[in-house]
Amino acid sequence: MNAEVKMMRTAAETQYSDALAALPGAEPVRALREKALRLFAEKGLPHRRVEEWKYTDLRVLLREMAPLAGKPDAAALTEAKKIDLLGNIGAREITFVNGAFVAELSNLKGLEKGLTISTLGDALKGDATLPQFLAGLNPGKYDAVYALNTAALNEGVVIDVAPGAQITKPIHIRHIVTGTSLVSVFGRVVVKVGKKAQATIIQSHAGPDAVAYQTNTVLQLSVADDAELDIVRVQAEGDKAIHLSMMVGAIGTDSRFKSFALSTGAAVSRHTVPFAYAGRNARALISGATLLRGKQHADMTLEVDHALPGGESRELFKTVLDDESRGVFQGLIVVRPDAQKTDGRMMSAALLLGDEAEMDNKPELEIFADDVQCAHGATTGALDDDLLFYLRARGIPKKEAESLLIQSFFGEAIEHIENEKIRDAMMKRAGHWLAARG
Amino acid sequence: MALLEVKDLHARVEEKEILRGLNLTINPGEVHAIMGPNGSGKSTLSYVLAGKDDYEVTGGSATLDGEDLLELEPDERAAKGLFLAFQYPIEIPGVASMTFLRTAVNSVRKKRGEEELSTPDFLRLVRERAKELNIKDDMLKRPVNVGFSGGEKKRNEILQMALLEPKMCVLDETDSGLDIDALKIVADGVNRLRAKNRGFLVITHYQRLLDHIVPDVVHVMARGKIVRTGGPELAHELEAKGYAGYENAA
Amino acid sequence: MPAVQETVERVKSIDVDQYKYGFETKIEVEKAPKGLDESTVRFISAKKNEPEWMLEWRLEAFRRWKTMQEPEWARVHYQKIDYQDLYYYAAPKKQAGPKSLDELDPEILETYKKLGIPLQEQEILAGVAEENRVYSKVAVDAVFDSVSVVTTFKEELKKAGVLFMSISEAIREHPELVKKYLGSVVPVTDNFFATLNSAVFSDGSFVYVPKGVRCPMELSTYFRINEKQTGQFERTLIIADEGAYVSYLEGCTAPSRDENQLHAAVVELVALDNAEIKYSTVQNWYPGDAQGKGGVYNFVTKRGDCRGNGSKISWTQVETGSAITWKYPSCILRGDNSQGEFYSIAISNGHQQVDSGTKMIHLGKNTSSRIISKGIAAGVSQNTYRGQVSAHRKATNARNFTNCDSLLIGDKCGAHTTPYIEAKSSSAVFEHEATTSKISDDMLFYCRQRGLSAEEAVALVVNGFVKDVLQHLPMEFAVEAQKLIAISLEGSVG
Repeated sequence: MNAEVKMMRTAAETQYSDALAALPGAEPVRALREKALRLFAEKGLPHRRVEEWKYTDLRVLLREMAPLAGKPDAAALTEAKKIDLLGNIGAREITFVNGAFVAELSNLKGLEKGLTISTLGDALKGDATLPQFLAGLNPGKYDAVYALNTAALNEGVVIDVAPGAQITKPIHIRHIVTGTSLVSVFGRVVVKVGKKAQATIIQSHAGPDAVAYQTNTVLQLSVADDAELDIVRVQAEGDKAIHLSMMVGAIGTDSRFKSFALSTGAAVSRHTVPFAYAGRNARALISGATLLRGKQHADMTLEVDHALPGGESRELFKTVLDDESRGVFQGLIVVRPDAQKTDGRMMSAALLLGDEAEMDNKPELEIFADDVQCAHGATTGALDDDLLFYLRARGIPKKEAESLLIQSFFGEAIEHIENEKIRDAMMKRAGHWLAARG
Repeated sequence: MALLEVKDLHARVEEKEILRGLNLTINPGEVHAIMGPNGSGKSTLSYVLAGKDDYEVTGGSATLDGEDLLELEPDERAAKGLFLAFQYPIEIPGVASMTFLRTAVNSVRKKRGEEELSTPDFLRLVRERAKELNIKDDMLKRPVNVGFSGGEKKRNEILQMALLEPKMCVLDETDSGLDIDALKIVADGVNRLRAKNRGFLVITHYQRLLDHIVPDVVHVMARGKIVRTGGPELAHELEAKGYAGYENAA
Repeated sequence: MPAVQETVERVKSIDVDQYKYGFETKIEVEKAPKGLDESTVRFISAKKNEPEWMLEWRLEAFRRWKTMQEPEWARVHYQKIDYQDLYYYAAPKKQAGPKSLDELDPEILETYKKLGIPLQEQEILAGVAEENRVYSKVAVDAVFDSVSVVTTFKEELKKAGVLFMSISEAIREHPELVKKYLGSVVPVTDNFFATLNSAVFSDGSFVYVPKGVRCPMELSTYFRINEKQTGQFERTLIIADEGAYVSYLEGCTAPSRDENQLHAAVVELVALDNAEIKYSTVQNWYPGDAQGKGGVYNFVTKRGDCRGNGSKISWTQVETGSAITWKYPSCILRGDNSQGEFYSIAISNGHQQVDSGTKMIHLGKNTSSRIISKGIAAGVSQNTYRGQVSAHRKATNARNFTNCDSLLIGDKCGAHTTPYIEAKSSSAVFEHEATTSKISDDMLFYCRQRGLSAEEAVALVVNGFVKDVLQHLPMEFAVEAQKLIAISLEGSVG
């Protein structure tokens, strides 16, 4: 609406603009940053009247920006070393502590043939096309999280898998926040998978409880023709954290993409997935399980964009809400006029355990091609009393019976992870959440 | 004059040539069977005759009663008297079988310049034919083919055949998915419709249907054309020896 | 030509002749001066001999409206409406108010006859196939531009205690009921179009069914826009008192003109304890021509309040007309154990744009709702289902089932689904499913092999697709609607 009253800048908006403008930096990143910052200054933080943020009003939820985190000191590294979210899954680890790349906690030795892993700074020296890529896959569209992330562009990692390379060892990117002071942490991860190549990437987030730190991470993907990429994401931030993240990607002809996201952490989290089919006959499965308690608020927003024919997409999201927590799922499947023979199916199911829990579901279809099969479903409900009774009649105590049913509910999404060790690690983490249920 | 005359018919589906010079003549009152290995083009022939989209005729001709079939729309072919019993009858949700039958019968009658049937006459006719095929009233109230068993679907096809009074009936693998009892009901239904002015083309992979619908002529089809023609004994020979000799015949 | 392609071609070539209600009635009219300011509001109020409180109510709405902005969230695009370039009141000159049938202008009588609407008492709905004729009585309120021209069966209804009259009449004769309920479901400040309506509403129907009364016949209103450059601002208020039942039908048509006409209606339903209201609409406003010129802008606020325990409100709509439809008949499930239903068929062809759906707001305990929506898009039209289902924290055991299916005919149209499903109660059980697909080639070929023409095949398959909704219409309407669906998808047969 043109006539919309220009809102007053919030304290957080001013703080972001000031803090990020003061960041040092050289070209070409400087130009990118300045542009993003100008855009942010113009459009600001989203609020509930912005359709995509209807249920997650950042103007309200993000009152102030925490100061930018400094370089991690020895104590921070000691603390970071103790964090082991997934156990031994045989992955190559890359670690960021408070936003900074930490070589001693990363394993970049003996990289497989065809695999290149560089810090953002190094990558920029070698790849002239990278700035363009970092600027965004769909620059026409404004997203505050992306704009802020770009405005803060400094630390990050670029993973490049050369055409034909089959990287079987998973690569685990860890984002760890330490300490007791309020900090803002940014990070950018770029993953490029060449033609006919294959890789598995895990991205995890962890931090201390009781500290209202703020993280903003963007994972940028490009999957070339005939390539395969598996992404697993674990968001286990501390219980007071504000976690904003994005996975933005495009997949090529005949490629296959799978992703799974487990979210149990943060007071407020928002994960946005703008995902484009840039080639024909590509297949993707985007799934996730979100387990919340207390007053946690988690928002999962997808936009799956089919621009070319023959694409297949499957989206499966499970949300378990205990206590007074609030889950949000927004999922849009767009089928553009040329995307004939698209087959898209999206499902969001929520289990409400707490009396005061709330689930907001907005599954959307936007279809401009006729020869398509698209469907979405959304369900909201409590545990099935009949099933519960059946289990109890077989001698299983109430709490255990509930756990079994909850596990089977989110397990449906987890079981799509192909790598067995990772799948087990996810079940285990989800199991921790269950075990902690009072 | 021949009832159905197919001459040097060539047709393709999505750039792939399936019919490659097929010839076939069926006279009024005759029952012909076409047998052949999978992929020989049997079903394609039935779709080309009925005028399905995406089945492109690239050469030759097909006439019914001397009239060019290939120029006509599918519904015009139906009105001229060509009936195709589908191998996989289509389900139409929300449309009661009875409504469908009446719409079809009256459309065809209108195109043939006949009066539409009054509701009581139509109902009487349907009930009569349905009874012969062991089709119960409740099946006619259900949506077309939705939730029907394999046997029910095939019986429904024969019921439609009986009601539309075609000149030339093409049965595409009507025996597939039928147990022996259902097969017999369907075959009896077809046999009842045999008449001196009506022709049948029975497409089948197996000989067993031909024990019940005894053909006058049996053709073997391979790689898009008729490669051998004989009497009913040919079917038995095929049953005994299989299609091995025909896979590469053309 | 492939069957679907052919259908697409035919559907594309839909033209004005298809719209058989496109004629115009030549009649002398009295209009308010063009444009909108306080004097327009006063003019309308004065024309209707309204009491002072009603004028104040309107003026309050008008002042409010001036501060509001036209909503832009719907998936519809149109040229900005110049609200000063419209007439807000037009009435047949010889018509001061509703009259008896004998006094009605013969031109108007002829118009309704041409539309197939029975104004003679003892008549039944016309246009129904002979064999399916159901000889039931239907009382009709006929609204012509800004005024109700006649209401039939009033006497007979009065015997049963049912009040059925134009809203203008009700304001004068039953102010206590109107004051109590008008604006109680759709507040004056609800939204841009509803507020505009509150300021300038012209006429519409009023129904009150007293305690325990089952309305002895179907009630209906036929809206006709006739005059050029004239907005129609219908206002309907239906109250079913405790244990009452009423079934109400609404039909709409307009002449074919190459200008866009505005129809901004407000309908309010109130169901008290154990009352039931069934509201059916067959909306067939002029959709515009093949180039997308002309057609009615149908911006309508319809809402039902299940105010009493055990009450039920059911909306059924068949939307085939209008250039733009912006309409969300909703239910507020306030009473415990109340029920809401929404059954919809929305067909868009040519350049039509539809953004329609419903809201089910669960507030009471043990409330349930059901939504079945079938959208069919053809031509270059855009067809959106937009719906909201929400359960308030105290709405324990709320239940909703939603099914929205869309069918696309041709590759130039769009079908969209935007549901908002908000559960704030852990005992709420919501199920939502939606599909979008194209009309099946195999189904059409099967039908055509059995002798149906391409158009008959499409009509048959589409009727099957919408059957779940059609069966909720009163029988007379269902037959009419079925034909209308076929006509809406018809092109020039060639």
